[in-house]
Amino acid sequence: MYTSKINIKIRDTILDPQGKAVEHSLKSLGFNSVVDTRIGKYIELKIDARSEEDAKKITEETCRKLLANPVMEDYEYSVSKDGEDK
Amino acid sequence: MDHVKAGIVVFPGSNCDHDVYNVFKNTLKADTKFLWHKDTSIGDRNIIILPGGFSYGDYLRCGAIAKFSPLMNEVIKFAGNGGVVIGICNGFQVLCETGLLPGALLRNVNLKFVCKTVTLKVENNKSIFTGEYGIKEEIRIPIAHGEGNYFCDENTLTDLISNNQIIFTYINNPNGSIANIAGIQNVKRNVLGLMPHPERASEELLGNTDGYRFFKSVTESLL
Repeated sequence: MYTSKINIKIRDTILDPQGKAVEHSLKSLGFNSVVDTRIGKYIELKIDARSEEDAKKITEETCRKLLANPVMEDYEYSVSKDGEDK
Repeated sequence: MDHVKAGIVVFPGSNCDHDVYNVFKNTLKADTKFLWHKDTSIGDRNIIILPGGFSYGDYLRCGAIAKFSPLMNEVIKFAGNGGVVIGICNGFQVLCETGLLPGALLRNVNLKFVCKTVTLKVENNKSIFTGEYGIKEEIRIPIAHGEGNYFCDENTLTDLISNNQIIFTYINNPNGSIANIAGIQNVKRNVLGLMPHPERASEELLGNTDGYRFFKSVTESLL
């Protein structure tokens, strides 16, 4: 069994108003060193695959077909075999 | 309106389906049926409307899950064969997610769910959806959305403009939408998506009939 950890966020070139709102709050709390805030989503998949390569291929396909919208989002992921994740 | 056979698609979470049904059935006196998202055929319908609401709870992204419902495969085929498809609000989001229309709808720039009547400009009255309007006519139609901020890349926007695909724009942009876009059609001109709700402005009783001419235009085009 493999675990895919997928991070999806709005393209860097697109304004993320939610991130901006959170950033303003952080600044009002005194975190003046925070210069950028972007909010995305995290998705975890358990995949019953034969190899890590297969699990990666499946993960890529799930992102492309459903989990992310390429018009507005970027995604990245890591795949690890269960029990080996540190 | 015997020539009109309207199919209103109902997803779990659709909530403007009955409003659209009412316009077609009672105002336009058209043959109107609901189509359940699990149906595998659109039958004899010659116009399909994807209504507003929160299909599949807006999970993942607005409209993202709806595109995989069995009925949507048929709607995509129908549109591919030149069938008339309209997506209103969440329906517009579904059309973008399925790729029947370019671009995507992002969270409103002000992060607010905006629910009010706004002024739209009819940018193109040569479309099958807007024949009853004057060119550049300003009309009042309600909006109600949190994710209506239309976005596309620059090349797509250039195409939208040069192909006259932009049908409605906002006079005062309520959501940050690129080029003030409120509604667009596809290149083949048989699929339209718009964020505003013309079905909520189609009867004297509702105090506004600007939306009625939208439905009148498209149904007359089916003749």
